[in-house]
Amino acid sequence: MARDQLAFVRTHMLPEAPPPTAQTGAVKWLRENLFSSPGNALLTLVSAYVVFQIVISTAPWFINGVWESPSLTACREILDGKMGGCFAVLTERWNQLLFGFKYPSELYWRPGLAFVLLFIAAAPVLFGKIFPRKMLIFTGLYPFIAYWLIWGGSVLVPVFALLGVLVGAFTYSRVVTISAGVAVIAAFVAALIFWILSGYVTGPMENVMAIQAVASRDMGGFMINLMLGVVCVSLSLPLGILLALGRQSSMPIIKWICVVFIEFIRGVPLITLLFVANVVLAYFLPPGTNFDLILRVIIMITMFSSAYIAEVIRGGLAALPRGQYEAGDSLGLDYAQSMQLIILPQALKISIPGIVNVAVGLFKDTTLVSVISMFDIVGMIRGPILASSEWNGVYWELFGFACVLFFITCYGISQYSQWLERQLRTDHR
Amino acid sequence: MAAEKQLNVSDQVAVDITKMNKWYGAFHVLRDIDLTVYQGERIVIAGPSGSGKSTLIRCINALEEHQKGKITVDGTLLSNDLKNIDKIRSEVGMVFQHFNLFPHLTILENCTLAPIWVRKTPKREAEEVAMHFLEKVKIPEQANKYPGQLSGGQQQRVAIARSLCMRPRIMLFDEPTSALDPEMISEVLDTMIQLAEEGMTMLCVTHEMGFARKVANRVIFMDQGQIVEQNEPEEFFNNPKSDRTKLFLSQILGH
Repeated sequence: MARDQLAFVRTHMLPEAPPPTAQTGAVKWLRENLFSSPGNALLTLVSAYVVFQIVISTAPWFINGVWESPSLTACREILDGKMGGCFAVLTERWNQLLFGFKYPSELYWRPGLAFVLLFIAAAPVLFGKIFPRKMLIFTGLYPFIAYWLIWGGSVLVPVFALLGVLVGAFTYSRVVTISAGVAVIAAFVAALIFWILSGYVTGPMENVMAIQAVASRDMGGFMINLMLGVVCVSLSLPLGILLALGRQSSMPIIKWICVVFIEFIRGVPLITLLFVANVVLAYFLPPGTNFDLILRVIIMITMFSSAYIAEVIRGGLAALPRGQYEAGDSLGLDYAQSMQLIILPQALKISIPGIVNVAVGLFKDTTLVSVISMFDIVGMIRGPILASSEWNGVYWELFGFACVLFFITCYGISQYSQWLERQLRTDHR
Repeated sequence: MAAEKQLNVSDQVAVDITKMNKWYGAFHVLRDIDLTVYQGERIVIAGPSGSGKSTLIRCINALEEHQKGKITVDGTLLSNDLKNIDKIRSEVGMVFQHFNLFPHLTILENCTLAPIWVRKTPKREAEEVAMHFLEKVKIPEQANKYPGQLSGGQQQRVAIARSLCMRPRIMLFDEPTSALDPEMISEVLDTMIQLAEEGMTMLCVTHEMGFARKVANRVIFMDQGQIVEQNEPEEFFNNPKSDRTKLFLSQILGH
């Protein structure tokens, strides 16, 4: 008997069968996830009670909220002792929260338009597969258009700035056959010379095709946070990549410049850098030069976040097996090609969560400019709005509003990055 | 058989190595290597691990730097000049133990990348060439998949096709079957045999002695960074001269 069972020959192979059909439905889900054991059932009931209490106690604040009233006192009279939020401060001061208190109100459409155009400019970069590549031309022009819309003045300024970039690109394409490194420096110098020379043209012709100019010090509100966030993220990503590659370089001078830069910036609080931007930089500049405060802040925040991004990307580079470098080398790709085509696409993909982490952190850190007397959204709330006799004492509504604005933006960035990670997955599908 | 194998070998030198030495720090990995490879030769390099056989073929396309001696590949002397190195690398194909396909690119893109960027071949033409070689390694239907979706044997055949797309004059194989499941080894070896029959100059580091017998016209045995013995496969396997070779052969053919 036992001997018979040892031998076995399969006469036919089993076909593939579907898994047993799972029982589905809400009851099963509830039972599995919320009431799987007496302990879990108890936890579920307790948490449900806590959630219920929170909703019950905060709901009147929203439901009784006053949306129209000229001041906090008037709002409290309307509420008449009831619990309720004075959201009227938002409806009355929305323009200050978004644009600052000095931006001319008849020009609000200009930053508004720049904001809408931002989505069109960002679309082909963020969703490359969905939008046509030709839209990237608009993306390239966008910084100059947005500058002109927000700051105004003569159209010649952004046009010459754009021409300077083109001069740089042309120089690069001419010199790149000799050496890529020399080409980058030559392009930079050529663009700089062009910009300095063009200053003599745009200076006397500041009324040529000019729209009303708005000075940097007149800007404020959430607009500043968005501007700093968008500009600094888009500048610090390429700079961070260069720093990360530089840190891996076999050329000692380049390597040490990058290491010192990264380590120095990471060892210093952002707020001290902002104070440097605000006060100390002025000492180093020739007297009389008007080096825009927003520009100084952009430089500091960009330097700060690029050091962090560089370290995140270095992690991604380190995670790649050496074989990827060798495969690129063995096919005869040069350094730039193998970085651009093989190493960076993979390293950046690995680094996405870290980069997004830095980007979200950077965006929220833009509120720190309020301590160097720039009136971003936090600066506006703490300064002009809370100091006004009408709205002195409205904290929850204002800071809650700022939180909502930041949360929407940051949550959007986080969702985008998760979508991107799913898009770039090539291992199993 | 041996005579038949010799047929494709010309007297044109493909790779010439003279008195080549390499150190890893103070460790002397390769010692006075002298090797001349003729166009059309199929050379199998065998030896115990750590004997420097992989390092030797990696020196030929400058993945490893040698410190002393000369390497001439297809008439070009290997120097430190990057342009010179890139030129040699584009003439020499290499297949790795761990395939090293680019996981973020499709099979087709893996194969067209170097022709498009290094050879400046138009995309359409590069794709035609790639499909030709993918058919040759018998996986044209996988062209639009990603490496992660293929079996090890298929990935290695793609890696061979990827190298061939550059139309190399010399192919280097660095233990191409060592990372494969046993049932997939033969499909890769078949591809390599086919390549050998077409007269490709090949240097293979491998432990597949059956392959060496069948395809190689010369077997080189290395130990402690030196070439200990080289001979035609028949002689090498049936009548090894050095004691070191005898020991090695008895160890790998012992059971």
